[in-house]
Amino acid sequence: MKKKIAIIFLLTIISLQIYNSFAVQRFPKPEFESGHTQPPTITPDPRSHALAVLDVFVLAAALTVVTWLVLKKRSRNGVFWMSVFAVLYFGFFREGCVCSVGSLQNVTLALFNPEYSIPITVTAFFVLPIVYTLFFGRTFCAGVCPLGTIQDIFALRPLPIKTWLEKVLGIIPFIYLGLAILYAATSTDFVICRYDPFIGFFRLDATFMMFAIGGIMLLIGVFIARPYCRFLCPYGALLNLVSRFSKKHLTITPTECIQCRLCENSCPFEAIDKPVLLKEKEERPIAVRRFLMYTIIIPVLILIGGFTGSQFHENLASANSKVRLANELINETNFGETEKEAFEITAFKASGQTKTELYTEAAKITKQFYYGGWMLGGFIGLVFGLTLVSLTIFRYKEDYTPNKGSCLSCARCVDYCPVLPENKIELNKSI
Amino acid sequence: MAKKEKKKGLPASLPNRQGRKAGLNRRDFIDKGFRFSIAVGLIGIVGSLFKKSQAKEYVWQLDPSKCTHCGRCATSCVLTPSAVKCFHVYDMCGYCDLCGGYFRPSSKNLTTAAENQLCPTSAIERKFIEEPFFEYHIIEDLCIGCAKCVKGCGAFGNGSLQLQVNHRLCVNCNECAIARDCPADAYQRVSIDDPYLFAGFEQKKEG
Repeated sequence: MKKKIAIIFLLTIISLQIYNSFAVQRFPKPEFESGHTQPPTITPDPRSHALAVLDVFVLAAALTVVTWLVLKKRSRNGVFWMSVFAVLYFGFFREGCVCSVGSLQNVTLALFNPEYSIPITVTAFFVLPIVYTLFFGRTFCAGVCPLGTIQDIFALRPLPIKTWLEKVLGIIPFIYLGLAILYAATSTDFVICRYDPFIGFFRLDATFMMFAIGGIMLLIGVFIARPYCRFLCPYGALLNLVSRFSKKHLTITPTECIQCRLCENSCPFEAIDKPVLLKEKEERPIAVRRFLMYTIIIPVLILIGGFTGSQFHENLASANSKVRLANELINETNFGETEKEAFEITAFKASGQTKTELYTEAAKITKQFYYGGWMLGGFIGLVFGLTLVSLTIFRYKEDYTPNKGSCLSCARCVDYCPVLPENKIELNKSI
Repeated sequence: MAKKEKKKGLPASLPNRQGRKAGLNRRDFIDKGFRFSIAVGLIGIVGSLFKKSQAKEYVWQLDPSKCTHCGRCATSCVLTPSAVKCFHVYDMCGYCDLCGGYFRPSSKNLTTAAENQLCPTSAIERKFIEEPFFEYHIIEDLCIGCAKCVKGCGAFGNGSLQLQVNHRLCVNCNECAIARDCPADAYQRVSIDDPYLFAGFEQKKEG
């Protein structure tokens, strides 16, 4: 009976309520006669801050060890085992976030968005590999980056690819870098994280699409070593530029190159520059004229790129959720939903923001994309121009040396060099 | 600009091996210059970030007062099942017999029979305390974060059932995939020291 009265009572109250109003204390908390104690609300703690600091130390330690292995110990085996460690620790144990590659976007967001302040550990993840690269070459790529090392382990049957193809594909990371910065600066999206192909493996959980992309990437990686690092990674593009001016760098030979050509095909990334002999060199006036011509083209390319980029600013901006919402509202497209109102529009109505406010905000973001489009396009033009120019340059060199930009310091070539540190030749080394 | 300068210098630097070894040639000078300017740039970036830094990390959390119970928390998370779970704020619960979060609106009688339950995974446990009060527990392992109960409790009851990111499960992606999909923009980065945002609970916490 009591129960029924209670039900009737509740139903009457419910019928009087205004629906959708949230968190209203409609029914007071009861006083229990039976002495029942109320359980506490369970709120599990997040991963502790100390562990995040520990990660930074592990990163620094791993960088130091790999650098030592590459430059001093000259041990490919050592680098390989560090790669395995990186995949296990930074990949599977830490489940991928935050990584140095993604931290690029946090830094950009912190620089452009006044509301976001960046955790010091994330800054450290961004800065440490660059500092090491500035002094020792891309040792981060060699054995610390989980995305790179997982591909490195899969690089089983590397095949050479054509130089022109490599040069063309080599431009993609810079475009990706520009896009990632544009989207992070406008607080739109973290594209690098969103399209990270290997994070699904590290977490053993991802959408089918991302698993497929990651799987294909690893499969390609068996034949074309490290495809993500060479032809996509935006942080790699940054390190590529920095590494060109590194103080020290991996050398193929410990002392002097004897031009035995044993290392010639050892690099799976084709980052070994072969000797360029004097007789191959063109006559100077011709070379200079062509060089100057290409140099004059660069500003033109920048302008063309910038203009093209700015023409696409609306397309670029449509990835921003606010701009998208404004577009959908103006065009009354309802996010392609036909049956009911889209969640976004319901939520917008509930938020109490007026349409005018939203449109002003969207217009402001679109304007940012206009300038961003100019800069992105100009940057892409610059990259194209410089790539062209670099193709015209001959640099006389006698020895086999790693290309400081594209060399990932994996130390594979080191094993092929028969020269011993004491300037002797190791004769009975079997390769 | 400087890049072009470097390249311009190249055709002139003819094979002069002895000269290269002897001292600081143009190439070394340019390398050093670039190294120095990159270092300065890096210090500049770190310096400008210094004011905008904070010692501790962020974690993602959703603000239940903005939540529209669209159900995307269950599907957009990179984890399956989602790291977003229903949390029961017992302090706000009315211990109702007719629980808007537990029963389907069409339930004929208030029994724990499966057809009466709103939760698609039976993740809510109903326990009799004393007449006429019942206590509801969320079985975390079964909860998928679909927000059906949250909607029901908010509409008919006190709103003591609330969606929150469970930080034991959350892998704390650099960019939360649910935040990207959330139509209400309810996700935000919160301090690691205060990682839960229960709504309508402030007075209780202070008191």
